Amino acid sequence: MEKIFTRTPTLTSSETHFCPGCTHGIAHRILAEAIDELGIADRTIGIPGVGCCVFLYYYIAIDTLEAPHGRAPACATGMKRAQPDKIIFNYQGDGDMAAIGTSEIIHAANRGENITVIFINNSVYGMTGGQMAPTTLLGQQTTTSPYGRNFQTEGYPIKMAEMLATLEGVAYSARVSLHKPKNVMQAKKAIIKAFEMQINQMGFSMVEILSTCNTNWRVSPIEALDVIENEMIPYFPLGVFKERTGKDFL
Amino acid sequence: MTEKKLTKGNIALAEGAIQAGCRFYFGYPITPQNDIPEYLAKNLPRVGGTFIPAESEIASINMVLGVGASGERAMTSSSGPGISLMQEGLSYMAGSEIPGLVVNIMRCGPGLGGISPTQGDYTQAVHGGGHGDYRNIVLAPASVQEMFDLTIRGFELADKYRMVSVILADAMVGQFQEPCRLTPDHPVTMPEKPWALKGRAGRKPQLLKSLYLGPGEQEAHNQDLQKKYREVERNEIMCEESLLNDADLMIVAFGTPSRIAKTAIRMAREKGMKVGLLRPITLYPFPSQQLHEHSERIRKILVVEMNTGQMLYDVKISAHKDADISFYGRPGGGVPFPNEVLDEIVKAMEK
Amino acid sequence: MYYDVIMTGFGGQGIQTISLIVALAAMEKNLAVTYLPSYGVEKRGGRTDVYVILSDEEIGSPITNRPKALLAMDVIGLVFYQDMLEPGSLLIANTSLIPESKIRVKEGVCVLKVKTNEEAIAMGNPKMANMITLGCFVSQLGFLDLNDLKAVIGQVIPERLKETIPGNIKAIERGLEIAGSMKM
Repeated sequence: MEKIFTRTPTLTSSETHFCPGCTHGIAHRILAEAIDELGIADRTIGIPGVGCCVFLYYYIAIDTLEAPHGRAPACATGMKRAQPDKIIFNYQGDGDMAAIGTSEIIHAANRGENITVIFINNSVYGMTGGQMAPTTLLGQQTTTSPYGRNFQTEGYPIKMAEMLATLEGVAYSARVSLHKPKNVMQAKKAIIKAFEMQINQMGFSMVEILSTCNTNWRVSPIEALDVIENEMIPYFPLGVFKERTGKDFL
Repeated sequence: MTEKKLTKGNIALAEGAIQAGCRFYFGYPITPQNDIPEYLAKNLPRVGGTFIPAESEIASINMVLGVGASGERAMTSSSGPGISLMQEGLSYMAGSEIPGLVVNIMRCGPGLGGISPTQGDYTQAVHGGGHGDYRNIVLAPASVQEMFDLTIRGFELADKYRMVSVILADAMVGQFQEPCRLTPDHPVTMPEKPWALKGRAGRKPQLLKSLYLGPGEQEAHNQDLQKKYREVERNEIMCEESLLNDADLMIVAFGTPSRIAKTAIRMAREKGMKVGLLRPITLYPFPSQQLHEHSERIRKILVVEMNTGQMLYDVKISAHKDADISFYGRPGGGVPFPNEVLDEIVKAMEK
Repeated sequence: MYYDVIMTGFGGQGIQTISLIVALAAMEKNLAVTYLPSYGVEKRGGRTDVYVILSDEEIGSPITNRPKALLAMDVIGLVFYQDMLEPGSLLIANTSLIPESKIRVKEGVCVLKVKTNEEAIAMGNPKMANMITLGCFVSQLGFLDLNDLKAVIGQVIPERLKETIPGNIKAIERGLEIAGSMKM
């Protein structure tokens, strides 16, 4: 019988700590597959932020540095400057990147640091129990927006991929989703593209991934996929917001 | 004899960093330490180094963390408000055992305070700062030569123990000039760092982290750190003991007050008062044993600081139980003149 | 041997330059030296104050409030520091910018009043007032002379101003001459 699918070698066999139904595990899988397909696992160092993503090191068998909350882009800056021949990526959630770490992400991007950033947008603080994040949708109920997010008091959801695309130092900025197989395949392509930008020394690359948090959204895993389709994508459109074709920044 | 050059304290420190093999500097401007980044912005690129004017002190310390995790020598420098912002990163570096060098050219506070010389950050540097049960090695230069030499020492100790070394200096030590030998007094070495993250090629994947959630894991990690700190306390204490053999009064001071105390001690001895000086060069590890032994014989102690009494607590803990401890402190940028210290010597002697 | 001097004035008068020359000349004599420029908040806003201490032993304090000499290039500096002068110490006052009525030092302080700005203008370069003051000062020191200053002046004058060195030396000589001719 022909074997048509197997676990990519850099993905460990550990069971994930993610809630059943969460698409975060898919994000890890396609990230590991991208690393293996590019053949860069021996020289790649991952820097997860704080949140559900922190245990990256249990699931992806590469060197890993744990960064303080929101500071992964600064840690990655230091590490890439010290080891320009290595492939350095951050793995950050909405709280980590879009709230506490906005200063670090904007300036790393603006300097054109030759690093790759994976940004998981699930519109809540997942690990701490579903509090409101800067990416929480208008009207969305969370433990700290129990009456629904109101733009008059909490402002609007922040669009990181679009915002970072405006910065000159950014080589690649895209938003993808994990709610359908087709989207998963597109997400993996985007991750590969982002790493290629780094390999080709094009500058800062970022992939925003819309991911489910069925536990904190208080919906079933299937319903959560619909939430991405019907609620998140209308506000956070999928697409490539910036893609360099040459080293035009040099 | 090696040639000495009239050099500003901050410049000696910056040149010391280059001589120590530091090739990475990250920092955000703040007075009174701007000579350090300005010197390194000019001179690091000349030796193939990297200088980044970071967006904040928070970013600076995390860039140092990233280089340290890569196994290279990196530093940042700042003053009070900026050092406060770095405390998160310092705690993570302690927890993950990532070495680095942080310079605090102290300015007076609290708050924005002022830019005058002070020692108000002793407690923050030596006893606290960030969250969790950790220590930094703290070195206190009192001369331009020590700004150079202790910076090199700071990098070596940081690597040896996988800790952060802090150079804690007041603005006067940073700003004044003295003849200085600008070459290391010993060959600078860099230890092997098998723990550094350089990619998994040829070995198993490695991890640097400070999160320990399993039952008992964090406690065991803390105990391991404590073992390391005890070793630092056994091996790395540095202090200057001056004119203590016949002394009836021991002044304890570090940094600029120790310099002023030396002049006051000379004045006191001209008047027939036998006064000596114990100057901690390492504030952590603190020379408790040395201080205790001297205080068994010299019962009168005068602590002189440019703050309201921060090292004083370490002196009280260390000294013999019958020691008679006086304190003279000048906070908020006040710098005592030698005759003012002499007045305090007289008071302490007459007590 | 121990000697401490405070040099005070405002930015642009060349106080750092002459104090550096003194410090470097002393270093050439293997003396210990500390050089402390403007410290303290009250010295901001264009003030320049330098504390130079010279000794044949290790120097403790880099600051002093009992200097053996005060070089006051303007009235603000004079008024701030003159009470520190004890009998036997030296005041060199730039009376081009200091009204004589403001000079109120203790009895026994040796006072040298020199209109250095006018002297410098007479020499053709008003910027040389500092060097004239330096000449006056060195005339009062037993352990440094003109040759010691000449040996180090090249280290202090920036490359682009090298051609001014002979003029600067002439101004130092003029200072020595003025001080030598005065009854003190």
